[in-house]
Amino acid sequence: MIKSDVQLDAKGLACPMPIVKTKKAMGNLTEGQVLEIQATDKGSVADLAAWSKTVGHQYIGTNEENGVFYHYIRKCNPEVSEAVEKSFEQTISNEGAIKEEGIILDVREAAEYAFGHIPGAKSIPMGELSERMNELDKAQTIYVICRTGTRSDLAAQQLAKAGFTNVYNVLPGMSGYEGELQKEVE
Amino acid sequence: MTVTAWTAAQVARKVIENKELFILDVRNTDAFDDWKIEGHQFEYLNIPYFDLLDGVEEILPKISKDKEVLVVCAKEGSSIMIAEMLSDAGLTVAYLQGGMKSWSMYLEPIKVGDLKDGGELYQFVRLGKGCLSYMAINGGEAAIIDAVRFTDVFTNFAKEKGVEIKHVFDTHLHADHISGGRHISAATGATYYLPPKDAKEVVFDYTPLTDGLTVHLGASQIEVGALYSPGHTIGSTSFVIDSKYLLTGDILFIDSIGRPDLAGLAEDWVGDLRETLYKRYRTLAEDLIVLPAHFMIIEELNEDGTVAKRLGDLFAENHGLNVEDEAVFRSMVTDNLPPQPNAYQEIRIVNMGKVTPSDEEQTEMEIGPNRCAVR
Repeated sequence: MIKSDVQLDAKGLACPMPIVKTKKAMGNLTEGQVLEIQATDKGSVADLAAWSKTVGHQYIGTNEENGVFYHYIRKCNPEVSEAVEKSFEQTISNEGAIKEEGIILDVREAAEYAFGHIPGAKSIPMGELSERMNELDKAQTIYVICRTGTRSDLAAQQLAKAGFTNVYNVLPGMSGYEGELQKEVE
Repeated sequence: MTVTAWTAAQVARKVIENKELFILDVRNTDAFDDWKIEGHQFEYLNIPYFDLLDGVEEILPKISKDKEVLVVCAKEGSSIMIAEMLSDAGLTVAYLQGGMKSWSMYLEPIKVGDLKDGGELYQFVRLGKGCLSYMAINGGEAAIIDAVRFTDVFTNFAKEKGVEIKHVFDTHLHADHISGGRHISAATGATYYLPPKDAKEVVFDYTPLTDGLTVHLGASQIEVGALYSPGHTIGSTSFVIDSKYLLTGDILFIDSIGRPDLAGLAEDWVGDLRETLYKRYRTLAEDLIVLPAHFMIIEELNEDGTVAKRLGDLFAENHGLNVEDEAVFRSMVTDNLPPQPNAYQEIRIVNMGKVTPSDEEQTEMEIGPNRCAVR
């Protein structure tokens, strides 16, 4: 099972209901949360992806199991998130982070990580970072990555505040990554 | 205002009678770009239903005021929702019952012409998919060629006409649609023929359809003769009916020619295709009327809705028959081919009898255009 914040059961519903329900459910999510939509309508695959794109949410992916489609969408507010300025000073390119010694820390949501991450990257979603910092080694160089560099910027600041010294924010992040992807789904 | 439901048959009449229609297609843009209801005089607006969840006000100015308006989606649910919203806004609109799914399945029988001594030849036009099937009848007997999977349409038509289906042919092993041939044969006791070279992997019994095979219909002996014409597949066979009509299968279309790659052997079969189109067909009478198994574009339909043209005219006008240089021809039919039809490999396996998907799965496999041609 892929981790999500809210689950919506739209099984057995025909088009347009899966999208009508998704739209309503997204309204109750807070930004950055992930909605899982369970649907059996085949049309939901293309339509949810296209709808997410038009309204600006991040369509993460779809996994099919026994005739049920599990769709994952992360709530975004494009006007807000794109405008946030990145302030963590130590940055490195995607290529640099992959080449250099150290670990890649992927702070995106579990579902985003599941649908494709850099091979070997460690997953700690942004929201869990403060509790799970003990999993990280202060002696190691840490390359923090997310989709566009915004969340990783905040995570890098948080790590620096906690006493991690060798921390880099990876830019542009997964949105600009074209290399091999490791997936947790088929 | 109330919202009315139109059947696929009603839409088909609009196409065939060259009527005007305004289609609001609310499927997603990729689906619309890939495949839509084609009409000579249809106007289109594509706005996905999920962009209209908050209201239809913004698109009202874009909707025709003087033409009939039909809202279309994949299965009908979304089109009903949008049609009701438009109706609440004061418009008179209809939706397509069963959506593109029912459009893909609808067959319109149209008479192509008379055969000698009261015989008749019918073309079954599947407008949504571009498939063409045929039934020749005479003296209480019928032969069917390239039947699509809606076998009831053919058996009911035969009943209406008071004829017994004696022979069922497939010109080749189809890759774009599921054949109804052997099922009609099982239901009626008719003989089912398939070219043996296309049938190497089939798991059911059939009668080999070989070059020169002829069957006769009725007392006046209308002749249906087979002509081996490989190229689209290695077994592809054409038919000459009553010395008047040439059924070309997927070898020659009105505005294009067959593609040799759907069974995976473009390089091997391009020579056969060339030979068939540039040698075998050239020996036939130019007055034969060509009746293909598909059309790709609405312009290939005649005014009466049939898809038919004189062979001599095709020799003059069809681009695929006018490529003098063999190397240019080879490259035309093997390089830069259009995308293959939806699920074509699975469809071939179904036509071999190896798997029998549910009706719903079959519908899903056949969604989209046929894509059997190279232009």
